Amino acid sequence: MNKNLLGALAVTTALSPVAAFAQTEVQFWHAFTGRLGDLVKAQVEEFNASQDEFVVVESHKGNYSETLNAGIAAFRAGEQPHILMVFEVGTATMMSAEGAIKPVHKVMTDSGATFDPNAYIGSVKGYYTTTGGDMLSLPFNSSTPVLWVNRDAMSAAGVDPDADLSTWEKVGDVLDQLKAGGEDCPLVTAWQSWIHLENLSAYHDVPFASQDNGFAGLDTELMLNGPTQVAHLTAMGDWAKDGKFIYTGRRNEGGANFRAGECALFTESSAGYAGISSEAEFEFDVRPLPYWEAVVSEPQNTIIGGASLWVMEGHEGEEYKGVGEFLSFLSSANVQADWHQNTGYLPITSEAGEVTRAAGFYDENPGTDIAVIQMTAKEPTANSKGLRLGSFDQIRGIIDEELEAVWSGEKTAQEAMDSAKERGDALLRRFESANQ
Amino acid sequence: MEKRVTFRGWLLPLALIAPQVFISAVFFFYPAGQAVWQSLFIPDPFGLSSQFVGLGNFEFLLSDKFYRASFVTTAVFSTLVTLCSMIPALFLAVIADRLIKGSGVYRTLLIWPYAVAPAIAGVLWLFMFNTRVGVVSWYLGQLGYDWNHVLNGTEAMGLVVVASAWGRISYNFLFFFAALQSVPRSVIEAAAIDGASFWRRFFTIVLPLLSPTAFFLLVVNVVYAFFETFGVIHTITGGGPQQATTILVYKVFSDGFVGQDLGSSSAQSVILLFVVGILTVIQFKYVEKRVHY
Repeated sequence: MNKNLLGALAVTTALSPVAAFAQTEVQFWHAFTGRLGDLVKAQVEEFNASQDEFVVVESHKGNYSETLNAGIAAFRAGEQPHILMVFEVGTATMMSAEGAIKPVHKVMTDSGATFDPNAYIGSVKGYYTTTGGDMLSLPFNSSTPVLWVNRDAMSAAGVDPDADLSTWEKVGDVLDQLKAGGEDCPLVTAWQSWIHLENLSAYHDVPFASQDNGFAGLDTELMLNGPTQVAHLTAMGDWAKDGKFIYTGRRNEGGANFRAGECALFTESSAGYAGISSEAEFEFDVRPLPYWEAVVSEPQNTIIGGASLWVMEGHEGEEYKGVGEFLSFLSSANVQADWHQNTGYLPITSEAGEVTRAAGFYDENPGTDIAVIQMTAKEPTANSKGLRLGSFDQIRGIIDEELEAVWSGEKTAQEAMDSAKERGDALLRRFESANQ
Repeated sequence: MEKRVTFRGWLLPLALIAPQVFISAVFFFYPAGQAVWQSLFIPDPFGLSSQFVGLGNFEFLLSDKFYRASFVTTAVFSTLVTLCSMIPALFLAVIADRLIKGSGVYRTLLIWPYAVAPAIAGVLWLFMFNTRVGVVSWYLGQLGYDWNHVLNGTEAMGLVVVASAWGRISYNFLFFFAALQSVPRSVIEAAAIDGASFWRRFFTIVLPLLSPTAFFLLVVNVVYAFFETFGVIHTITGGGPQQATTILVYKVFSDGFVGQDLGSSSAQSVILLFVVGILTVIQFKYVEKRVHY
């Protein structure tokens, strides 16, 4: 009997060479469901199969805000994961949490995993890097706004689908023609604050907030009521009044309208590619985000949105070695190239972009490289490196509210942005005093 | 002389109320105490450090004109939800009470919406009024009315009120219906023989006899409108457009769980606790006087 039992044990152990107790577990919490969730799962499985020292356990914790909250609550209870996905808006919150996070550059050097900070694309890693150049979190999924065009809707309204849409001035003319041609929804947008204020500012090289958009210190103030922003919002407000710009909601509600073929132009993240390419039953193409010719002769770079991976403090050294290996695996060219091609997110290393180009992906799927070019064509300035503002999720809420007042014609763009600045600054001061 | 059953000694009564006291302490007094304590600090989200600010959080809140506006929004919202859920419920209960055949079917159908969770109810109404694919907004468009609750604050308020009141009508119906059944038939029949019309009988006999139930429902519905409508608002408007549907409890959520500003969020819960406490006292002191038991 005893002999049998021992025999059985021996057999089962032999059959499962990756016995769980011998492996170091690394917890990874993320915010992806559906196709993106499957892709993350596949990455994790590939990593686990590639070595037998560590096992990464991925779990989905809700949307971006919920995942961040789960991570914070877990940290308070001493149950934090090793790796936590945090959206770009939560960056300042995580950065200020000294003692709760372990900077990625430190994790990488300690673990001895392959890590070359220069391999990452500047405008992607810039968002998550200190002013001194140390990478704090690993960029994971990053996208940038572009202009999507429904070519069939353009033709139907009697507008040349190849019309030049490189500047907002030209877009304005096209909107007039679309409206005159009977189009009910000439322009729609997703993520209004991200595209029409945050990216608008970076793209025209004007500050969104003082102290290098918050990179240089917590004593930052919003500067979104500047002439460039106000001029843009005034134009958008006029378009809204004339029924040329249709407002659909604070998030990406407009995507449904565009994918259903109801709208001609759509400003949305490059990561909208997966949805649009699978659902759209019309000819579409991707154009760079327009800029105001009257403000700049050629645009700066756009900034990113998306999430990065933060390593949490409070685990064993051996476990951090696993974290380092996993992050290094995620940064490898082939993993990144697949991710980029499958999702429309930007590659985080230049090498992954080159692999994609060499494989002929951009030739087969025209327009998919526009986001990459838009991000990398110019060296980022202090105004276009990104944003690092505390309570930014709430500030975006305030901006959304004020923009709604502009679209409905209740406030002028100047009044709305002055008010957004005043309300946002109050939150920035609170954040500053909470993190002194 | 009033006769009362009394317990001898203290042990048994104490043992009997202990479970309730324990539950109240764990689920009410402890968290409420925590909220009061935390409202005096500005902590960082991770709980690594926290700064004592005394009444600073309250000062910050009360000087914020959007927070003050949220009181008005809450008052409008809860009044409308209470009215819109009680009046139709009473009407339906009176009608169902007069039914001779098939009242069981009606009752069952009328109670169904109560089984729908607020968040789901929110999504259902959102689908009907969606500016793009909504059935109702499409018909309104045919009639020449351009429904857009995404930008129009009044329409947004109307929509969240209807969505919140809808499921509640069932709950109120249940209570009104039960109360109507207990109104003595003989009184009503006597009045009918005296020649009182249906409405006269309703207002002079039935309604006064329903007043205890109506009072109970008033208190319960106000509390519902204050605290439990979160799911509906979250799914339909997210507090917008601008702040047209940001009621107090929604702001507690968005500041605490979106903004991670736990100090302000705790201070808001404390204020909310007082507001609801005062409201309940007022209801018991003034409205209950008009109730005939």
